[in-house]
Amino acid sequence: MSTVPAELEYTDAHEWLRRLPDGTVEVGITDHAQHALGDLVYVELPEVGRAVKAGEACAVVESVKSASDVYSPVTGEVIACNPVLEKAPETINQDPYRAGWMMRVRVAPDAVAGAVLSAAQYTEFLDGKDD
Amino acid sequence: MGRRTALYDLHRSLGARMVDFGGWDMPLQYGSQLAEHHAVRGAAGVFDVSHMGVVDLHGPRVRPFLERLLANDVGRLRAPGRLLYTCMLNEGGGVVDDLLVGFETDASFRLIVNAGTRDKDLAWIRARAGDFEVAVAERADLAILAVQGPEARARTAALLTPADATGALELSPFCGRQFGDWFVSRTGYTGEDGFELVLPAAEAERVFQALIAARVVPCGLGARDTLRLEAGMNLYGNDMDETTHPFESGLGWTVTMQPQSRRFIGRDALEAIERRGAVRELVGLLLEDRGVLRRHQSVIAPGAGAGEITSGGFSPTLERSIAFARLPAGAGAQVQVDVRGRLLRARVVPTKFVRHGQSLLSQPQPGDSKP
Repeated sequence: MSTVPAELEYTDAHEWLRRLPDGTVEVGITDHAQHALGDLVYVELPEVGRAVKAGEACAVVESVKSASDVYSPVTGEVIACNPVLEKAPETINQDPYRAGWMMRVRVAPDAVAGAVLSAAQYTEFLDGKDD
Repeated sequence: MGRRTALYDLHRSLGARMVDFGGWDMPLQYGSQLAEHHAVRGAAGVFDVSHMGVVDLHGPRVRPFLERLLANDVGRLRAPGRLLYTCMLNEGGGVVDDLLVGFETDASFRLIVNAGTRDKDLAWIRARAGDFEVAVAERADLAILAVQGPEARARTAALLTPADATGALELSPFCGRQFGDWFVSRTGYTGEDGFELVLPAAEAERVFQALIAARVVPCGLGARDTLRLEAGMNLYGNDMDETTHPFESGLGWTVTMQPQSRRFIGRDALEAIERRGAVRELVGLLLEDRGVLRRHQSVIAPGAGAGEITSGGFSPTLERSIAFARLPAGAGAQVQVDVRGRLLRARVVPTKFVRHGQSLLSQPQPGDSKP
């Protein structure tokens, strides 16, 4: 059973977003995603300062089994990446919603909001899938 | 729905994630694939490999039949219980399958073949057995468990009677013996010591559970793949198939060209290749940049040409990415790999990366990376 914290928002590509008090957005992959991928062995993060668009592939997570793109859920500028993941990608498996965060994005003021799901909607989305 | 081994229900009840492998529903992993890998390197793990085929061959002319059928020489098998790793080739020298052949008596041999090639192999063997009046019997009534790791033999022997345990622990590598209904051999596909048990399918679940109770960790095909990759062992369908020959697949050591009088299938083609010299070879790659090498990625060997990764992944023991690649012969020590659009640096190394839990990589010496 994968966990879906109520206070976060989600995408149908299994990213989560946390809206921080300073207006920036923290992004990671969900518990469901880390479980489906298996043990993570390599994470490739965007350069700080890179402009990303909602829905754009901007990071890669590689597990023992396969590589998967991670898509930015918002349009804006990457202002920080999680330095822990370079040496310890398994942090995402262990704590996907806190210590395993991947990047922080400053949302562009004129950005059109990307399609995001509430926790309840994401749970419903997962329930509609096979596993 | 794929085919199922006798252990399918047990795998599900142990929480395994099941995947298709060669038409079989097999456990990929029970929990963490990395933990399963390390369990085998550090202590003991058990794999259900009952999807592999057991084929028994009987008849007074079975030895000459196998001398014709197989590229390695069964003439080397003189003591009952001895096993040999070999390729079975087509006339063009392509690999129909790689398999283990075991000697029981002069009228009885056993083959252990790959899951995905089982039906094809049987048809291939049956089509040629008639000339030698060899009877071919697929043993679907048997299961195979591979118990691997430094503690594997001791923990398996504890399930046997004291007399049988002593006998099993005396087995040399690539030797096996029948103990009641079980055939126990000191073989495997992980680079660790261990046993493979061929036993009645009806006993498989009880034995698998007894092994778990004896602190042998159930392991899936995911860990089996990273273990065999580290050990430098080929996977049929990845590293060789009917379109590639043993000399360009790192399998030249399994081909016995002497005596010349042994006209095995594929020999003529291999002799021609020997005369010309192989133009490609299978090498090991160690990724020097960060990332993960995967099958089918392109490899650029400066001055030699281009090649492709045949098997790749993350080595849990080395904590780096490793691969096998088929490259033009004469590639240098440094290559580049196209990893998702980025060119990463990799070092060409022998395909054996890990044995008995230890890295076999020599540390790069100053000057090694000179062009």
